[in-house]
Amino acid sequence: MSGPSFQYGRAANIGDALIRGSRAGAAFLAGGTDVLQLWKAGVTAPEQIVDISRLPLGDVEFADGRLSLGALARLSDVAAHPDVTRHHPLIAEAILASASGQIRNMATVGGNLLQRTRCPYFRSHSLACNKRAPGSGCGALTGENRQAALFGASSSCVATHASDLAVALTALEAEVEVLGAPGKRRVPLSDLYRLPAETPERETNLAAGELITAIHVPDASRFAGRSTYLKVRDRASFEFAVVSVAAALRVEKGRIVEARLAAGGVAPMPWRLGRSEDALIGHPPDAQTLAVAGELAVEDSRPLAHNGFKIAVLRNAVIRALQTIASRP
Amino acid sequence: MTDATIASPIDADGKDQHIISLSITLNGKLHTVSVTSAATLLDLIRDQLGLAGTKKGCDMGACGACTVLVQGRRIKSCLALAASYDGEPITTIEGIGTAENLHPLQAAFIRHDALQCGYCTPGQILSGIALLAEKPQNLEAIREGMSGNLCRCGAYPNIVAAIAEVAGL
Repeated sequence: MSGPSFQYGRAANIGDALIRGSRAGAAFLAGGTDVLQLWKAGVTAPEQIVDISRLPLGDVEFADGRLSLGALARLSDVAAHPDVTRHHPLIAEAILASASGQIRNMATVGGNLLQRTRCPYFRSHSLACNKRAPGSGCGALTGENRQAALFGASSSCVATHASDLAVALTALEAEVEVLGAPGKRRVPLSDLYRLPAETPERETNLAAGELITAIHVPDASRFAGRSTYLKVRDRASFEFAVVSVAAALRVEKGRIVEARLAAGGVAPMPWRLGRSEDALIGHPPDAQTLAVAGELAVEDSRPLAHNGFKIAVLRNAVIRALQTIASRP
Repeated sequence: MTDATIASPIDADGKDQHIISLSITLNGKLHTVSVTSAATLLDLIRDQLGLAGTKKGCDMGACGACTVLVQGRRIKSCLALAASYDGEPITTIEGIGTAENLHPLQAAFIRHDALQCGYCTPGQILSGIALLAEKPQNLEAIREGMSGNLCRCGAYPNIVAAIAEVAGL
């Protein structure tokens, strides 16, 4: 063990978790795979760990095409769930592209959405990072920024969001159910995250002590068999994305009638590619249409010194993902 | 999973504790122990319960040398707080086979020369046993399924061959 010690308490129920979690210095622990890494690296120093891993929030439910994932459902269980593989294969694909078998057995859906960036300046306690130590500067801005964001970054922070699952859920327009002292609310996943602007230490719109209790995915079974998750990484397995693309496409009478595209590894949050989606509608899924979608995906990119290669990777990943779907019978 | 009120880390007043009493069943034997709140399951197994077969490699969830089974599922014990696993049945390499009666995967590792220094081997064996229960369908599924276990001697082809043999592939 390396960080300073902390108090440990197991939440007896959800109400108890909210009370404990709202205390200053408290951190929720579910699967623990990121919390423990951050604590060992000296990136975070929680005073109290609130263990929520045994709360009854682990169910996967499917009804009328809609999928609900309990926030404490383990990634491996979600990826293997028959309703997920049959009706929402994009979610299973994204999960199976994440981490390793051991980590997926531990990590939870809610924790995955809230995992912290893999930016090396954030993960090292001795380097400048406004997200970890506000006001200390952004080392990545002028330093090693190969994995930095192409979109949505600021002069304060150029870190990317690392989740694969969140990219798939963004493409599927999922909502997050949040419970806090004022009660229960639902927010679109795209509104859970914040862009860094001048306050990169605030990554989500969750209030202190608020807990994600579930993720709700609207009926997307029409995309089953017409979706794909393409992850480009430095090695074939157990590695974070350089660039990833979640894509879903519906074609009727030779023309695209519905398209969903979201990218990972390129922004501080999963990045919906709305203009590419719009450009696909009404056109046949031919090479020219897909090339336009690829170009529009990178239109507003703002590369730094070392991450410009991601522009070509993203453009080609969008085209490849769409080709993969379009080529299916 | 046992009832959380048995040997619960929450005391009668609901107060958090720095020293936590818990019980775990390690390789079939029940242990009641006191741990610090920050102790990992790996620390508990190695330092307090004295079973050194589970290795501390990177201690950051990357190498897989600390892999153990919880209710038959493989996890990385370096990223697990001991207190979170109160009441759970844990299996380490010491609970897998004996020198006289090896587990089939251990025997296959020997036949296929699936190790050199052996440091990663306990984690490889436990991860492989859990993977076999997931029924990998081909060699690629074995390679992918074992990506959470590093072998710096580079015995990967032989590790895959050993698991494939037991899987009947």
